[in-house]
Amino acid sequence: MKVTQTLMTASVVALVAGGALAEDMTIVSWGGAYSSSQQNAYHDPYMAANPDVNIINDESSAEAVAKLRAMNEAGNVTWDVVDVVAADAMRLCDEGLAMEIDADTQLAPAPDGTLASEDFGELLVSECFIPQIVYSTTFGYRTDMVGDTPPTSVCAIFDTDAYPGRRSLEKRPINNMEWALLCDGVAKADVYDVLETEEGQAQAFAKLDTIKEDVIWWSAGADTPQLLADGEVVMGSTYNGRLFALIEEQKQPVGMLWDAQVFDLDGWIIPAGLSDERKARALDYIYFATDTQRLADQAKYISYGPARASSAPLVGMHAELGIDMAPHMPTDPENAKNTFLYNYEWWADYRDDLDAKFQAWLSQ
Amino acid sequence: MSDATDTGPVLAADGTPLKRSLNRALRREKLRALMLIAPLLLFVLVTFIAPIADMLFRSVENNIVEDTLPRTVVALESWDRMTGEPPDEAVFAALAEDLVIAVETKTHTRLGSRLNYEMTGISSLFRKSGRSVKRWDLATDGPFREKFIELDEDWADVGMWAMIQIYSSRYTSGYFLNSVDLQLSPDGIAAREEDQRIYITLFKRTIFMSLTIMFSCVLLGYPIAWLLANLSAKASNMLLILVLLPFWTSLLVRTSAWKVLLQQQGVINDVLVWVGLVDDGNRLIMINNQFGTIVAMTHILLPFMILPLYSVMQTIPPTYLRAAKSLGATNWTAFWRVYFPQSVPGIGAGCILVFILSIGYYITPELVGGTKGVFISNRIAYHISSSLNWGLGAALGTILLAAVLLLYWAYDKIVGIDNVKLG
Repeated sequence: MKVTQTLMTASVVALVAGGALAEDMTIVSWGGAYSSSQQNAYHDPYMAANPDVNIINDESSAEAVAKLRAMNEAGNVTWDVVDVVAADAMRLCDEGLAMEIDADTQLAPAPDGTLASEDFGELLVSECFIPQIVYSTTFGYRTDMVGDTPPTSVCAIFDTDAYPGRRSLEKRPINNMEWALLCDGVAKADVYDVLETEEGQAQAFAKLDTIKEDVIWWSAGADTPQLLADGEVVMGSTYNGRLFALIEEQKQPVGMLWDAQVFDLDGWIIPAGLSDERKARALDYIYFATDTQRLADQAKYISYGPARASSAPLVGMHAELGIDMAPHMPTDPENAKNTFLYNYEWWADYRDDLDAKFQAWLSQ
Repeated sequence: MSDATDTGPVLAADGTPLKRSLNRALRREKLRALMLIAPLLLFVLVTFIAPIADMLFRSVENNIVEDTLPRTVVALESWDRMTGEPPDEAVFAALAEDLVIAVETKTHTRLGSRLNYEMTGISSLFRKSGRSVKRWDLATDGPFREKFIELDEDWADVGMWAMIQIYSSRYTSGYFLNSVDLQLSPDGIAAREEDQRIYITLFKRTIFMSLTIMFSCVLLGYPIAWLLANLSAKASNMLLILVLLPFWTSLLVRTSAWKVLLQQQGVINDVLVWVGLVDDGNRLIMINNQFGTIVAMTHILLPFMILPLYSVMQTIPPTYLRAAKSLGATNWTAFWRVYFPQSVPGIGAGCILVFILSIGYYITPELVGGTKGVFISNRIAYHISSSLNWGLGAALGTILLAAVLLLYWAYDKIVGIDNVKLG
């Protein structure tokens, strides 16, 4: 009896004390290897420096847009910082669900004093968006299924004679339409102008038609690595970090095809409608977590490129594998010989329309 | 007897008419019963019915245009879109005034993404214009017509203005029209372009595949339920655990297991190739199509068929079958004329459960359905969580709900809902 009482009192005291000491801050991210890279590079050092903050991880980034809207309508936003892709950040900003950030006053300058807006450069694609990493959607292929001529061009996905077998593509128009046009002879600079016209869209669909029967359409980032590992597909698109894990960590016979990789961004937003106190804390965290050193640190744990120009020279070795990470970055000059930058403004306009067409095309 | 008719209504002991007194007592009983279930009723009302009603209401609600551009909507009323000319200065002045306020409250981009569902390009038009309008001075910077058109020539687009005019009312049928492949265009209701028609196909496919899944569940579940009900207690308990074990396993695990089994380099194909039934170059495609969805979902929903069937079959006395046989019936006649009619309530309950569950499924079709095996619920999920077009999602959901209620009604008419038993 006495023991239980003492124990209970002790735990109550501990709870109260803990509650009084640490303020909870909920950070939403994607889960898996990505979240643990953030835990190592950002959360742990931040909590060490700020013992009064306790960071809680929520793995809801995939549904973040819908959930934030629901929270906003209910008037009870429980998230403090949210990790989203740039297109989602733009949507949230348009909907008034994310706070606008002034990069120069609210983000850390580079160590040499360069202002954040310059350091991030054109990656600041929305007023609400604080870029964190550059990732790319690119192709992996089975080295044992392509014979002596591994593919060097993205157009190999449309070449079923040279590379027979199934390929996996994402079940959405974004990227696929662009690749189709690029491989149908459209110049890189003209892709979005062509895609804007009915004829251009028909052209892209016609090109995709040539491989429609050979495609497995994926919707989760883990699908293509699994399909490659099983030998279900000869090549497939996915995020470069997933391919890195497949090749370097799981040692599968898979090669990277960096050609025409499509750069995309992932980063932070702060939800609109936070109390002043929570807003200040979220901004403090963002200031810390997006400085030059922190962004470079994240690349030790996952093969995504830091969004700041000043972080690139600081990228070092993988924390566990001990391999040099720079050659695995999508932004590495060797890999970035032929890249394609996703046009956010354009897709914000055409996403709904093209998605309807794409789904109708898929179900035909 | 004659006394009562003489003295009017029958009276209770306290002198009030018996009928009223009885009614009062009955009402009190009912009220008490209602109070007993009141907490649950309230709970269901607040946490279930109200949110669903709120969500479904979004399928017709369209306040955003008038709330964001109140002056423009009024000024636009007198504009005749048939003239083929963009509106006059009054409308543009009203628009400038509305936009300045909207930019301050940051609602202009929201309106832009709302209207972008109807017409591609409005989203960036509003975002872009908002940035410039912020710097305008309403008093001195007019006239605004030229200013807007100079800013972006889309402001001179009659089709765009017509779209704003059509969607300026507080309620719209637009979402419902969209969800049956029609659209609200300046010339009235019109069919969508052929390359955008998708929802009717998906509705049809959803119903067709749910029915297929339901029938496969009956075919596979009936013999198992029969075994369960007729084996010895020990054996049937063992079998019941085998039925329930997958039921307790995570849905994603089961779906992934089907992938491992059915894919081209999967277990089944490997065995077939090894036996020599299938050529290595021509492995069967059994997943990422309708077949994969039907197999995986039949497996996942099978317990919902077996359990009601089993509980109904347990109540059918085995003596009936023996009696039928002793009267000269063959095995088949005894089963078909005596046993089967008594198990129909179980089939009914199982069918309703399986059909309604499968019509709203989306995880499994998304994972194994490929392009031809996805359901309407996949599109609803997309509009709710990704495109944020909640109005369209709600309209699709309302139609789905109405379809289920209609089928339920039809079932009640044909089979009779009293004829459904869960045990």
